[in-house]
Amino acid sequence: MADSMSAAIPAVAQPRSSSLQKLARRRSSIAFLMTLPLICVILGLVVYPAGYAIYLSMLSRRMDEFVGLTQYDILIENDTFWLVVFQSCFFAVTAVIAKAAIGFWLAHMLHHIPTKGQRKWRGMLLVPWVIPPALSTLGWWWMYDPTYSSLNWILAIFAVPAVPWLGEPWWARVSVIIVNVWYGAPFFMIMYLAALKSVPEQLYEAAAIDGASSWQRLRYITLPMMQNIISITVLFSLIVTFANYDIVRVLTNGGPRDLTHLFATYAFQVGILSGNIPRGAAVSLFMLPLLAIFAFFILRGVNQRNKEMM
Amino acid sequence: MSKLEVTRRAALGAGVATVGTLSAPAVFGQPTTTIRCGFWDHWVPAGNDVLRRLCAQWGERNRANINVDFITSVGNQNLLTIAAQAQSRSGHDILSFPTWEPAAHQRMLVNVDDVMGRLTRKYGPVTPAAEYLGKPGGNWVAIPAVSGTQMKPACVRFDLMQQHAGIDIRAMWPAENRAGPGADTWNWDTFARAAEACNRAGVPFGLPMGSFTDAVDWLGALFASYGANVMDERGNITVRNNANLRAAVDMAVRISRQLPNDVWAWDDASNNRALISGRSALIFNPPSAWVSARRDNPAVGAQCWTVPVPSGPQGRFVGYLPYFWGIWNFSRVQGPAKELLEFLSDREQADAQTSTSAGYDIPPFLSMNDFNVWSTEGPPVGTVYNYPLRAHHNARTSVAFAPAPANLAVQAYNQALNTKLIARIVQANESVDQAFGWLERELNTIRRGG
Repeated sequence: MADSMSAAIPAVAQPRSSSLQKLARRRSSIAFLMTLPLICVILGLVVYPAGYAIYLSMLSRRMDEFVGLTQYDILIENDTFWLVVFQSCFFAVTAVIAKAAIGFWLAHMLHHIPTKGQRKWRGMLLVPWVIPPALSTLGWWWMYDPTYSSLNWILAIFAVPAVPWLGEPWWARVSVIIVNVWYGAPFFMIMYLAALKSVPEQLYEAAAIDGASSWQRLRYITLPMMQNIISITVLFSLIVTFANYDIVRVLTNGGPRDLTHLFATYAFQVGILSGNIPRGAAVSLFMLPLLAIFAFFILRGVNQRNKEMM
Repeated sequence: MSKLEVTRRAALGAGVATVGTLSAPAVFGQPTTTIRCGFWDHWVPAGNDVLRRLCAQWGERNRANINVDFITSVGNQNLLTIAAQAQSRSGHDILSFPTWEPAAHQRMLVNVDDVMGRLTRKYGPVTPAAEYLGKPGGNWVAIPAVSGTQMKPACVRFDLMQQHAGIDIRAMWPAENRAGPGADTWNWDTFARAAEACNRAGVPFGLPMGSFTDAVDWLGALFASYGANVMDERGNITVRNNANLRAAVDMAVRISRQLPNDVWAWDDASNNRALISGRSALIFNPPSAWVSARRDNPAVGAQCWTVPVPSGPQGRFVGYLPYFWGIWNFSRVQGPAKELLEFLSDREQADAQTSTSAGYDIPPFLSMNDFNVWSTEGPPVGTVYNYPLRAHHNARTSVAFAPAPANLAVQAYNQALNTKLIARIVQANESVDQAFGWLERELNTIRRGG
């Protein structure tokens, strides 16, 4: 239609506008123009900071000399850094598994509550996820407080000895994981609840006719139907948990003996507090390959399942 | 013709009006200069007001607009601001730089040797720790500030100390310009025995052993009093075969075994709470802990007495945590900024800042350690008399990990290598040699990478 109209217009009147019109008529041009704002945002807020961080990590401490991969080399040979790598992986993997398990269980419980009462419970269970984490972590810190722990006060009522929540390495590790699970489990719950609601009821009916037990229904219907959403939420949560900062910063500041440091808190300590910005940048960039490995395996699983379904 | 005359007159009138308007600020004393200051947001609310007032006073006299912002250190907001302004080369003209920051940004700070020269001629020498931090490479890059600068002597519950350790701390360190009986025995050995006695009585000393400044500073003062340096002035590691370090570590281990079992997780507020709640007989802190006790638990506040840190074989050292006022080299008002900072450092202004903060702020000049506020604050009156360094204390200020070059010491300080060294021995049951090996590796990591 557009072509026929342009053909009707005398050739002299349209040498300039026709090329613009042609450009505008191209689908790819329009698509590019419409995505340009997003591209600008990504360039400005993702590509540039990432590139700048890589550049920073290749400078000397005074930032006046290009030293290549020296900062990474130094980190690889450092005991504390490997503690941070272990703790970050332990924290992220343990917390995500716990969040997924609790979220799945809560979603199941909610799914079986009548719709009328479900809203009330759903709202209440979402509260931890809605409160700003720095604020809720401060509340947890008061409960864990080395000297005035309210949790220990409750334990004392039952004659249980006081627990050094933040002072003893393994308790400190467990404490930060508990707070992360408390904060993040509602996200899993709401995602899994949505996924559960989309599983066709007929499948369960057919299974019931075949005499499947509740475990068999879970194992052979619910889990396969939810596999993709489980994978995606786990990947998303792994990324967020891996990069966690505020919980450890507020609760332990990485202590005792650096045993609760995560990449973000250690990078802040090395980069900002200790005035070694290039090394801090190198610490934080170490997250990338680890997250890439996690993402590769999880997304590969999702793709395989999608292909099987097609 | 007449039209032309009118035009000329109009042009002349317009010219006069323009010149008059442009020259008006100078003629009528309006401000011609604007200085943007980012000062540390004081714990004591009145601490900000006094700086604002003094700046306004100087601005009126010098026809300058002084824009004052107060930047909190909560969440290290001040450090983030400094890093951001250094990267973007824009922001305030004057900024408050905590302890290690002047050395870290020395190449971006205006040399203030001239100001410090005039001030030292007037008021005498600056406390050595301030010189170590503010004069890297032999030039002053920032002026040691009054506002925010603190020391960490011992704040003692004199009743508990008398009752459980048999030490009359007030008689030992009276609110007078003299040492009392037994002051010469106030050393780390006496301190450790008192710690054991108070721990047995259920009121252990509240000494943090985590990674926050209070922990690093008190242990740094102990190490300094034994001459236990882990790095020398050139950045060489001096851990191996260091008898002083071993003696200091032995003492620190002995003391830390008498502390509550959760001190490894204490932050800078935990020791204050231990004192204020009446659970602890001694902490190392500026008078802010006592001020809070006076407000929240007056019975405890009335039993507190500030005394010097115990001495060691190499002398008596007290933890010092200063702020500095620095001028960015991208500032366009460097001259007026220097004049303003010189004004704020003068004795009268320093006295105003210290008095407003209930004696918390310590001026950098040793000659100013006689402000009246430290004699009159109470109850009990004289409780903070021994907070500043007095001649009879025979004490010096110390910064943990000095005399290592500031760019290396700051990393060891912020990673709390001294407290972690003790934690490895006491909490993780490592041998002293194993812990020294770890310390050496960490210091090597710090040294590498330029």
